[in-house]
Amino acid sequence: MALLQISEPGLSAAPHQHRLAVGIDLGTTNSLVATVRNGISVVLNDDDGAALLPSVVRYAADGAVQVGLSAQAEQNTDPQNTISSVKRFMGRGLKDVGDVVDLPYRFVDAPGMLQLRTVAGVKSPVEVSAEILKVLRDRAERSLAGALVGAVITVPAYFDDAQRQATKDAARLAGINVLRLLNEPTAAAIAYGLDNASEGVYAVYDLGGGTFDISILRLSRGVFEVLATNGDSALGGDDFDQRIYCWILEKTGLSQLSANDARLLLTQARAAKEQLSEHMQTQITAVLSGGELVDVTLTRDDFYTMTQNLLARTLQPTRRALRDARLSVDEVKGVVMVGGSTRMPQVQRAVAEFFKQTPLTNLDPDKVVALGAAIQANVLAGNRSEEDWLLLDVIPLSLGIETMGGLVEKIMPRNSTIPSARAQEFTTYKDGQTAMSIHVVQGERELVSDCRSLAKFELRGIPPMVAGSARIRVTFQVDADGLLSVSARETNSGVEAAVAVKPAYGLHEDDITRMLQDGNQHARDDMLARALREQQTEARQLLEAVDNALAQDGTLLDEPARRQIRACMDDLRSVVEGSDHSAIKRGIEALNQATVSFAQQRMDRSVAHALKGHKMSELEN
Amino acid sequence: MLPINADFQQDYFSLFNLPHRFQFDSNALEQHYRTLQTQVHPDKFSHLSQAEQRLSMQWATRVNEAYQTLRSPLARGRYLLSLHGVDTQEETNTAMPLDFLMEQMELREALEAARQNKDMAALDELEARVKLTVGELQQQLALELDEKQDYAAASAIVRKLKFMEKVAEEIGAAFDELDS
Repeated sequence: MALLQISEPGLSAAPHQHRLAVGIDLGTTNSLVATVRNGISVVLNDDDGAALLPSVVRYAADGAVQVGLSAQAEQNTDPQNTISSVKRFMGRGLKDVGDVVDLPYRFVDAPGMLQLRTVAGVKSPVEVSAEILKVLRDRAERSLAGALVGAVITVPAYFDDAQRQATKDAARLAGINVLRLLNEPTAAAIAYGLDNASEGVYAVYDLGGGTFDISILRLSRGVFEVLATNGDSALGGDDFDQRIYCWILEKTGLSQLSANDARLLLTQARAAKEQLSEHMQTQITAVLSGGELVDVTLTRDDFYTMTQNLLARTLQPTRRALRDARLSVDEVKGVVMVGGSTRMPQVQRAVAEFFKQTPLTNLDPDKVVALGAAIQANVLAGNRSEEDWLLLDVIPLSLGIETMGGLVEKIMPRNSTIPSARAQEFTTYKDGQTAMSIHVVQGERELVSDCRSLAKFELRGIPPMVAGSARIRVTFQVDADGLLSVSARETNSGVEAAVAVKPAYGLHEDDITRMLQDGNQHARDDMLARALREQQTEARQLLEAVDNALAQDGTLLDEPARRQIRACMDDLRSVVEGSDHSAIKRGIEALNQATVSFAQQRMDRSVAHALKGHKMSELEN
Repeated sequence: MLPINADFQQDYFSLFNLPHRFQFDSNALEQHYRTLQTQVHPDKFSHLSQAEQRLSMQWATRVNEAYQTLRSPLARGRYLLSLHGVDTQEETNTAMPLDFLMEQMELREALEAARQNKDMAALDELEARVKLTVGELQQQLALELDEKQDYAAASAIVRKLKFMEKVAEEIGAAFDELDS
C-alpha cells in the first residue's frame, strides 16, 4: 500500500516471503517465460535447456495437444492441424487476415473472431494461445516449485482492445492470473533501462514475427514515460518469409499448392531468410508431394530488393511516433532493437541510417521482452525491490464514438497516458426511451467505416422521461492494461444504467465458460483445485495487506471500525484453509467492503503527505 | 467533454500544489505529477484489495487528466477561466476579428497547396509559422489572465488558440498523408 514512505510500497510483514510471479512473452513465433530470482531477471528453460518455446500448437484426433518443438516437427506433414503464428488471428475476423489463400489452415468465418477447423474440432485463436500459455505456466511452476501469484503478459503496443482482450481471455483459459498486460516495447525498455541506468529519450524498434511496434520513451529518475507509440499489428518477419515464398512460386512456375507443400515451402523460405542474415546467398531445395523438385538460389541483394517496401512500412509509423512525441531524430539518445526479425542486416542498417546512430543490441532481442515483463511482474506481485520505478504507458489508438452520418467523434486521443477517462453527455430522442446503444471505435480516421469497431455498449434502465430531458453521463475508462470499460448514469435521477457489452471481435462470457468446461474430468478437477488455490492466495494476500494497513494507519479509524474490520478478517481466516472456495470468495468480498472507507482515508493521507514533502523541500530552496 | 473530477474536491492547481496562474514553473508540475503518480498508480496496488485498486484507478486517472490539462497551454487557459466561472464558448462563439480570419484562410490555402503539390518543405514552413503564432497568443493569454485579469479578452484568445490547434492537427494529418 502506498503510505507515508514513498520508497517502500507494499512492505510485507513477512519480508522474506517472495511471491512467485513471472513475465510471459507470448510471441508470434516463439514464447518465453521469465522471473526475477535473487534480484536478477532470468528466462526459465525447459527440461532440455531451451528458453524459446515455438508458438506452434498441434491437435490430434484423439484430443491430444502438442505444443512447441514436437508440434513444429509435425508441421510439414500435418499442416492443417498444426497452428503457428496464431497471434496474428487474435481478435481478428476472417476479412482482416490477408493472403489466407497461402496459409494451410481451414478457416471458419465466425462472427466475433475467426476460428480454425482442426481434426479435434473448431478452435478459437484464444484456445490455441491458451495451450501455449499452459505449457509456460507449467514450466514456471515446476521451475519455481510453487503456485504462481500471477503473470505479466506482453502484447504489441499497437494491439487494439479486441486483441488485448483476447490475450487476457487466453490467460484465463490457461488458469493464469494476469497482473498486467504490458506493451512489448515498454517491457524491452525496462530491461534495457534498468540494465544501462541511463536517462534520456529512447526509441524501441520492435519487429517480431507478426507485429511491428515503435515506441518513444523518456527515462528519467526512475520513471519510464511512453511519449508516443505507433506500429502495424499486421507486419512482421512472417511477411518477409511470405515474399520469399511468392518469389519461389514465381521462379518455379508452381501454383495451387496443397497445404503440405505450402507449409513445406514456407518453412524453407524462413530458413532461407535466416541464412541470408549470415551469408550472401542461399540455396532453397525441396521435393513436393507430387515429386516436383524445387532448387533455386536466392541472393541477399534480391532478398533486400523484394522486401524493401516492408522495411519502408516500418519507417512510416516511426516518423509518426516522433511527430506525435514532438521530437526530432537528433533528440533520441538510443535505439533499442527488439524481436528476432531485427537480426536481419538490412533492418539494422535501415534503423541505423534513420536514427543516425548504431542501435543497442547488447540484450538478446528474443529474450529482452520476457526479461522486462518479469521485472514488472516482480513489482506488481508485491515483492520488494531495490529500485523504485514507475511505468507510465499510453493507448496507441484514438477512441471515438459513432455519431450521425457514420462519423467518428474522438473522445480520447492516441498516446493519452493511462489510466485515462473521459465523460460525454447524451440524451434521449424519444419520449420514454429507456435504452440506448453507443458504438465505440478505435482509429484515427473520420469515418466509422475506416476505423476498427471495438464494441457496442447497450445502456439499459434509463428512467423514462420526455425526449431530450434525460442527462446520461457516460464515462469511458481505459485501465492500465489498455482495456476500455464504460459506465453510465442518468444525472437527474442518479440512476446507474446497466451496461451490456457486445464486443465486435471478442469472445462472450458464455464462450469462455464453455471452453473452461470442455475437456475431460481430469482437466475439470485440476481446474477446480486451481480455482481454490487462487482464492486462498488472494485471501492470504488480502489479510496480510489489511494487517499491515492497520499496523501503520490504524489510528485513522475509531475503535468500532477497527473491530469490524478485525471481525471480517477473523471470518476469512476461519475459511481460508478449508476447501469451500465460494465461502472464501464471500469472505474476501466482505473484507473488501469493510475496508473501503479506510482505503480512502489512507489514500488521501498519502497524497497529502507526498505533496507536503514537496512544500518542505521547496521552502528549503 | 466533461471534466472527470466532478466528484473530487480539489481543483487541478491545488492538486499539484501550484499557484492558480497561467504561467508557472513547468518543472514543478512535472515533479509533482511524478510524485503523485508514484503514490497512486495502479501498478503499486495490483497485489492489494479490490477497494484499493479501484481507488487507485480513480486517483491515477484524475492525476493524469489534471496533468494533461495543465500541461497544454490551451487546456490550461480554458480550465483557469472555468474556475473563474467563465465559459470560453469555443463551440458556439464563432465571431472573430477580420485580420485573424484572413490569416486562417491564408493558412488553409497554403495547407491545401502544400498537400496538392506534395510539398513537405512547405508543410514544415507552415508548421513553424503556426508555432510562432501560437507562442505569441500564449504570451498574450498570460498577460490577460495573470496581469490584467481580463477574462473576456482571455476567452477570445482561447478561442483563437483553438482555431490554431485545429490547423496544427490538419498539418499533422497532411504530413501523415504525404508520408504514405
